[in-house]
Amino acid sequence: MYIQIPELSLVVLIGASGSGKSSFARKHFKSTEVVSSDACRGIVSDDENNQAATADAFELLHYIVAKRLKRGLLTVVDATNVQPESRKHLIQLAREYHVLPVAIVLDMPEKVCYERNNLRPDRNFGKHVIAQHRQQLRKSLRNLKGEGFRHVHILSSEEETNAVEQIVRDPLHNNKKAETGPFDIIGDIHGCFDELMLLLERLEYKVEQVEATRQNFGFVVTPPAGRKAIFLGDLVDRGPASPQVLKVVMSMVNANTALCVPGNHDMKLHQKLSGRNVQLKHGLALTMEQLAHEPEEFIRIVDVFLDKLVSHYVLDHGNLVVAHAGLRAEMQGRGSGAVRAFCLYGETTGETDEFGLPVRYNWAADYRGKAMVVYGHTPVPEPEWLNNTIDIDTGCVFGGALTALRYPEKELVSIPAKQVYYESAKPLDYEKRKAQALRAQQQEDDVLDIEEVTGKRIISTSLAHTVTIREENTIAALEVMSRFAVNPKWLIYLPPTMSPCETSKLPEYLEHPKEALEYYARQGITQVVCQEKHMGSRAVVVICRDEAAALSRFGVHNEGIGTCYTRTGRNFFNDSALEQAFMQRLKNALDKSHFWERFQTTWVCLDCELMPWSAKALALLQNQYASVGTAAGAALPDVVDVLYQTSERGIDVSQLLNEYSQRRELTQKYSEAYRRYCWSVTSIEDYKLAPFHILATEDAVHTDKDHVWHMSTIKAICEADPDFLMATPYQVLDLTDEQQYQQGITWWEKLTATGGEGMVVKPLNFISKGSKGLVQPAVKCRGKEYLRIIYGPEYTAPQHLQRLRSRGLSGKRSLALREFALGMEGLERFARKEPLRNVHECVFGVLALESEPIDPRL
Amino acid sequence: MLLTISTTHQPATDLGYLLYKHPDKVQSVELSQGKAHIFYPEATEEKCTIALLLDIDPVGLVRNAKGPSGEGFALEQYVNDRPYVASSFMSVAIARAFATAMNGTCKDRPELVNTSLPVEVTISVLPCKGGEYFLRKLFEPLGYQVQATHHPLDSNFPEWGESRYFTVKLTHTIRLKNVLSHLYVLIPVLDNDKHYWVGEHEIEKLLDKGEGWLQTHPEREQITRRYLKNLAPLTKYALAILSAEEQAEVGLEEELPAEIIEKKKTLHEQRLALTVEQLVKSGAKRVLDLGCGEGKLLRLLLLEKQFEEILGMDVSFQSLENARDRLKLDRLPEKQKERIKLIQGSLLYRDKRLAGYDAAAIVEVIEHLNKSRLATFERVVFGFAKPGTIVLTTPNAEYNQKYETLTAGTFRHADHRFEWTRAEFEVWAKNVASVYHYQVHFLPVGPEDVMVGASSQMAIFETIPR
Repeated sequence: MYIQIPELSLVVLIGASGSGKSSFARKHFKSTEVVSSDACRGIVSDDENNQAATADAFELLHYIVAKRLKRGLLTVVDATNVQPESRKHLIQLAREYHVLPVAIVLDMPEKVCYERNNLRPDRNFGKHVIAQHRQQLRKSLRNLKGEGFRHVHILSSEEETNAVEQIVRDPLHNNKKAETGPFDIIGDIHGCFDELMLLLERLEYKVEQVEATRQNFGFVVTPPAGRKAIFLGDLVDRGPASPQVLKVVMSMVNANTALCVPGNHDMKLHQKLSGRNVQLKHGLALTMEQLAHEPEEFIRIVDVFLDKLVSHYVLDHGNLVVAHAGLRAEMQGRGSGAVRAFCLYGETTGETDEFGLPVRYNWAADYRGKAMVVYGHTPVPEPEWLNNTIDIDTGCVFGGALTALRYPEKELVSIPAKQVYYESAKPLDYEKRKAQALRAQQQEDDVLDIEEVTGKRIISTSLAHTVTIREENTIAALEVMSRFAVNPKWLIYLPPTMSPCETSKLPEYLEHPKEALEYYARQGITQVVCQEKHMGSRAVVVICRDEAAALSRFGVHNEGIGTCYTRTGRNFFNDSALEQAFMQRLKNALDKSHFWERFQTTWVCLDCELMPWSAKALALLQNQYASVGTAAGAALPDVVDVLYQTSERGIDVSQLLNEYSQRRELTQKYSEAYRRYCWSVTSIEDYKLAPFHILATEDAVHTDKDHVWHMSTIKAICEADPDFLMATPYQVLDLTDEQQYQQGITWWEKLTATGGEGMVVKPLNFISKGSKGLVQPAVKCRGKEYLRIIYGPEYTAPQHLQRLRSRGLSGKRSLALREFALGMEGLERFARKEPLRNVHECVFGVLALESEPIDPRL
Repeated sequence: MLLTISTTHQPATDLGYLLYKHPDKVQSVELSQGKAHIFYPEATEEKCTIALLLDIDPVGLVRNAKGPSGEGFALEQYVNDRPYVASSFMSVAIARAFATAMNGTCKDRPELVNTSLPVEVTISVLPCKGGEYFLRKLFEPLGYQVQATHHPLDSNFPEWGESRYFTVKLTHTIRLKNVLSHLYVLIPVLDNDKHYWVGEHEIEKLLDKGEGWLQTHPEREQITRRYLKNLAPLTKYALAILSAEEQAEVGLEEELPAEIIEKKKTLHEQRLALTVEQLVKSGAKRVLDLGCGEGKLLRLLLLEKQFEEILGMDVSFQSLENARDRLKLDRLPEKQKERIKLIQGSLLYRDKRLAGYDAAAIVEVIEHLNKSRLATFERVVFGFAKPGTIVLTTPNAEYNQKYETLTAGTFRHADHRFEWTRAEFEVWAKNVASVYHYQVHFLPVGPEDVMVGASSQMAIFETIPR
């Protein structure tokens, strides 16, 4: 004997103590599927039979059941469940999680129960308990369906119980995960037969008129090879030819060339046809009139067809969900009255708008599910993606269009309505007019949700699998992001931190190119690019061709054509007029170099260095760097004086005099070092911008191009305005060639001898993998004098240098890779036009990682 | 890093007896982060000068730093002025090198201890927070003649102005032990920073070294406050890393003129009282304090029994920790504790924890947001959280002219992104009210001036019943 239950159900075992529930559960279910009240008693009290712990045990049991159901797992409750009140809570749970409740009753004779309990030393309660259970059970049997159980199976003897060979799990009707398409999903037709024909033709379906049978109703439709149509419901009402539409759809469903989900209008028609008292409103009267011309038999078949329609389908391994009015993630693939109601009507707020229509709750705005949801029901002027959902009801019957979405291509195909068949109470483009040209996703993106950035985050990236952000770091990032960052709509990328090369072993150096080049050689990289490191501030520039592009691509309104921000997302310019002058100047150069045309884009994101250092870091320079120089510069000469005076007296202070004279010299060098990177800025003319990566343009993240491409493409832009834009000098080296290797070192020595900051070494390819996976995207190698600013004026004194050599790089390097992976992921998501929260998640992650305690001198 | 003390007392070399240091020897004492050297650049009968030279290890200072942050990263500056200035290291060195003299003991010349000697002290260099004005206010009441040379930040960049460093010369006829005590206390007070943890024993040290002069010093309050400066990390350390480049932009409150700080204090009390009054009037039972900071308003809200549930939110985790301490949340009785909750959150992110409250206070918050982010703030607060009543305050820019020390065109706080006139505020508030179905009215906060209005302005928003 087999028992059939739905694959996703809450199985409630019902039976007296000793009736064999646990053995039955063990035999037919996985141990993790069974939640037993005895086990819960044990967990909360160390004693499975401790009746005093019952309340706590059941609280735990219900908690576990709720978690399992939430996650879509079949769950079996092994408890006596003989009283209706104990079952009531379980049925509520099943309803809450849209899971079907199933009762399996073990109705064993009292004697059997008693004997079984006697065999167990820990079960010493008297006969009366079992008798009482049995009595309650018998009373319950009559009304289990009434309590809400969809399926009830009763086993009345040991023989019957033993005869159950297997419990068969039936897939839910809505489970069509095995069907992978491709599909053509068609929105609300409402009897617009002509437009349907044109749409099918456009989709390359062949429609033949044939002699009608009870299967084809006069139509044979042949889809293009391998494709299948899906109708989103609301086939009927308001339009001119509802019966014709029904015939085509029913023929296709019968021939298995289409799937169909029901719409609210279809269900209303079904109710009418089944003889229920339904008001003939909203176009139903017209449908009934049209159907009056059809034979009685056809109407009966329509009624049966509508009755059998399944509320929604989950397709393509769970990647696609179709439902008339859409469906929340937690309801997908589930079955309950609430799920069906949602599929038909969506969600309303209970209010009505100025046109007297119910105000619909925009469930899609909250949607965070993995599956794409395609739906109709609410007419929209044009379909728009919002959080991986799309409404393709373009109101054909109201004079709009009939639209299909091709899956997985995500292509929209529309046929304009031949006429207005029915006047809509609300103008079709009403919402659109209200929203001032922002796409639905952009409106939604105006406000990000705190739940999507705080707490521990695990972010999937294409480069490094997942990146974990600790809660402490998101706490710090929330403050910085809120207080200082630019509008998140601009903030599509934050640069990763960059590790220095390993510490040099040469006597006077802390950093030397040898280690940088060797790092890549060790990773199996043969070609590297050395780029001069400009000493300014890291700046990311996002710039659009015009304000219209800023609005249409970034959803940014009245904030100019772009922005320039620091590595922590702060606005580079506090003065917006200055910022826009800066942007305009860059835009002119891009215009002049035909950048927009060449890249087929209206925007670009550039990774840059912005000079001078003193422009953004003036406060830091004054409070810290210049201050130290001033203090040392004022104190040390006095010290040398008094020491000299002392030695003149014949006291031996020669060692001190020597030391302090050297210190005086070193601190002078230090002041010279920082001064090189300072000049005063009063207008745009005083700035220099050196872009070094063209990160992204429309539909493209340019990480597939090597650094020579980036350098030479940027050079061409710089030539358009050489006073403002600086092309970065660079060298390409073949590491296998000893001569080129030496050439790289000489180049660095020359750069740093004239006071340069140093150089950055990168593998030729933007993204490079070595023997141990992703390699550092860049390694910096800083000049000896520059490092005084970082390690202190006197770091080169041998006793100091010796101690400074021990510095661990592994933390910094791991951080650099994680931030790089996140940064690239954010750009890719932006290029794919994903919702802002997905992009922001990555950017927020980089900022959060930046608060990791890493030695800032590295 | 260098302190010299000279005297022209005859014979001047008696200085050696007083300080227990032989004029012809070079001596060194060990300090926690280095050494101090003691020697005499001149030692004649006419004039004798002793030098105390700090030899702080700049690398060790950073590597061994065990500051309150625990790790020594970021909060401690790597490029550090400590080795080159007179700071609390100098005080420690004085106490080490001249302990006996400070105690007023002199075996060989006991009569000199209580003799006033002509003394000249030079300090190279002394960081003076508060400038020359404050330097004089500290030493002149004690009878010193003060000569201060101010050093520019960088002679190559005259536009950068002056640094905080002075070479200071003090002259006086005074007992040497007093000079040492004065220097011991006042050097770190001027520097306004300490290299070690300030604990309770510091109070004893201050009373001991300040005996006989501190009590009557006109600046005793300021001296005490700065000397006992609590170095608790007010900014979370991760935050400090993040804002290293721009950190000077925040937390400049201390640099504001005293006049403003004082006025701000009383004004703030008035503002909070009015806010509570309005919240009570609204009949609210469940209230939000958005941008609660360190909990001044929360404390007042707790006193009102009407408020059954109080949620304080701030973006700064550190502020919330401070609020928790100040409100003594851990020690509140259970019933009281249940009424209040603190959460970290941001007014620029939608947050369902904020939904469903009767009223919200948003006191002096919006001016800290960039103008371009206000639309988001409006949606988060008025659109999603939707409290029944919102009491919101912001400074009145027109009133700034009443603050004489505030330069025209600047804001009252370094972190203010804008300050609105009354008209600007009203336009904004009325527009927000109409978009989000609120009605709004306005109240002045603080004494009202006929021309420029009150110092602060308040808008009270109430939902329009449907």
